[in-house]
Amino acid sequence: MKKLLYNQRVAPYVFVLPFVLSLAIFFVYPVISTFIMSFQEVLPGQTHFIGLDNYRNLWDDSFYTALWNSSRYTFWTILVLIPLPLVLAVFLNSKLMKWSAFFRSTLFLPALTSVVVAGIVFRLVFGSLDNSVMNTFRHAFGLETMNWLGSSASGMLVLVILATWRYLGINIIYFMSALQSIPSELYESASIDGANTWNKFWRITLPLLKPISIYVITISIYGGYSMFTESFILWSGNHSPNDIGLTMIGLLYRSGIEKNELGLGSAIGMILLLLTMVLNVVQLRLFGLFKKED
Amino acid sequence: MSAKWNRPQTWLLFALFVLFAALSVFPFYSLLLASFKPSKELLRFGLNIRLQPELLSFHNYSFIFSSGAEKYLIWYKNSLIVTVIYTVFCMLLSSMVGYGLAMYRFRGRNIIFLFVLLVMMVPVEIIMLPLYKQMIAMNLINTFSGVILPFVVSPLPIFFFRQYAAGLPKDFMDAGRIDGCSEYGIFFKIFVPLMTPAFGAMIIVQALASWNSFVWPLIVLNSGEKLTLPIGLSSLVTPYGNNYDILIAGSVLAIVPIMIVFIFFQRYFVSGLTVGGVKG
Repeated sequence: MKKLLYNQRVAPYVFVLPFVLSLAIFFVYPVISTFIMSFQEVLPGQTHFIGLDNYRNLWDDSFYTALWNSSRYTFWTILVLIPLPLVLAVFLNSKLMKWSAFFRSTLFLPALTSVVVAGIVFRLVFGSLDNSVMNTFRHAFGLETMNWLGSSASGMLVLVILATWRYLGINIIYFMSALQSIPSELYESASIDGANTWNKFWRITLPLLKPISIYVITISIYGGYSMFTESFILWSGNHSPNDIGLTMIGLLYRSGIEKNELGLGSAIGMILLLLTMVLNVVQLRLFGLFKKED
Repeated sequence: MSAKWNRPQTWLLFALFVLFAALSVFPFYSLLLASFKPSKELLRFGLNIRLQPELLSFHNYSFIFSSGAEKYLIWYKNSLIVTVIYTVFCMLLSSMVGYGLAMYRFRGRNIIFLFVLLVMMVPVEIIMLPLYKQMIAMNLINTFSGVILPFVVSPLPIFFFRQYAAGLPKDFMDAGRIDGCSEYGIFFKIFVPLMTPAFGAMIIVQALASWNSFVWPLIVLNSGEKLTLPIGLSSLVTPYGNNYDILIAGSVLAIVPIMIVFIFFQRYFVSGLTVGGVKG
């Protein structure tokens, strides 16, 4: 026994054992079983193969709605949550900035809330009543009371605002950490060569922020397509009028857990997995991560 | 580095960030304000941002601590239990794995590390159906173990601990061996203390993730006695009017401990949350 504790060949395997076990039981097995179940009709007590039927049957209206909602959400969150935090991070990092650390912390605070609490707050702020916060703002501009969560477009607006509120601070921190690793000599020698601030931003800062931007886009695609809780809280459950708040994960939850059609739910999961992987490969290619230049 | 107030750009930037900071804090203000207003008022008229001092009271808070809202305190307790157990085991196990991957050369090391990265990249939600089936098979539905077990060996902290340990001098291992430490003694007595900053960052990030986690506990837990705070709160939101008595003040109390921890351990949050974003 004592010998075993001192054995240097056995030790590494003991250290990594928890991961290997967890990987096998809670990842590899479920992934394989999702793949298999997606070709099956899973009923209590009797499960049989139905070939590609699940994949044929899933293209109904709610699937298209969910795909459209999740894609729109991902698109808008990327469009807002890359350029805005990038520019704000550059400002916070600038020599002209006062109270930089204070603002960074304040913008970060929303990230500490759970999505549930964030959703509860946004339901109040974007409430449909005359006196609800955002409606009183509309009144100030002479507009009428509106039911923010009543239409697909304004519902999406609320979701994107919520995401911007929650993730702006985190993305700023990502960009700032990358900015701080850019050597200041680069800027100094550019200044000597007569470059102005604008040139320095386009020629030095932006190209050097490419790796972190790729990372942030990757996690945004992941986060965008796995969004569920936000809409679950805003529309008080998984069933919004005309499915305006339905997301891919919402659909997966509905078919797999609520309707107990595990086969169909697994097929949706496989499509989602494929989709996020393809999108990531495409964006990595677009940004030239696979190229061997430089 | 200190900026001077005598340039117009400084004023402009400052004003811009005051605006953004106000927008960030505004929802917190709204929530706090709502928690002091009577729930009937909120239900009937919505949340008004005017202060309306005549309406404000501590009633919602005293209600939460009364016997009428017993379930809220149970959820709170459940969340604390789950968060503490999850965080303790997550730290122990992931630091072991990260250390093992960083410090030893052994057959299979690269493939295991590749899997760590792979698991990080697949959205958990995609495998939740078979995982749910697995929980039924293992008899873990509606238990805290079911909430904790599948994710307690988590790839993100493993990655973080591996990166951190790789930066520590390996000479300490030999020194430990000469002093008669076992391989595990070296880890627990020498390297765990050396990795304190890494533990600080990961404890905060993982505890926050666990405290706030929603989708998986929603699937595993189904009875009022076992619900965690986010699930319990979400059960108060219904299409037929919300139970504002507990909901709003309850949300405030759910944020408070996190805010306190954040104020004291800010730098750990920052280093923990940017894992992977910074090139190692």
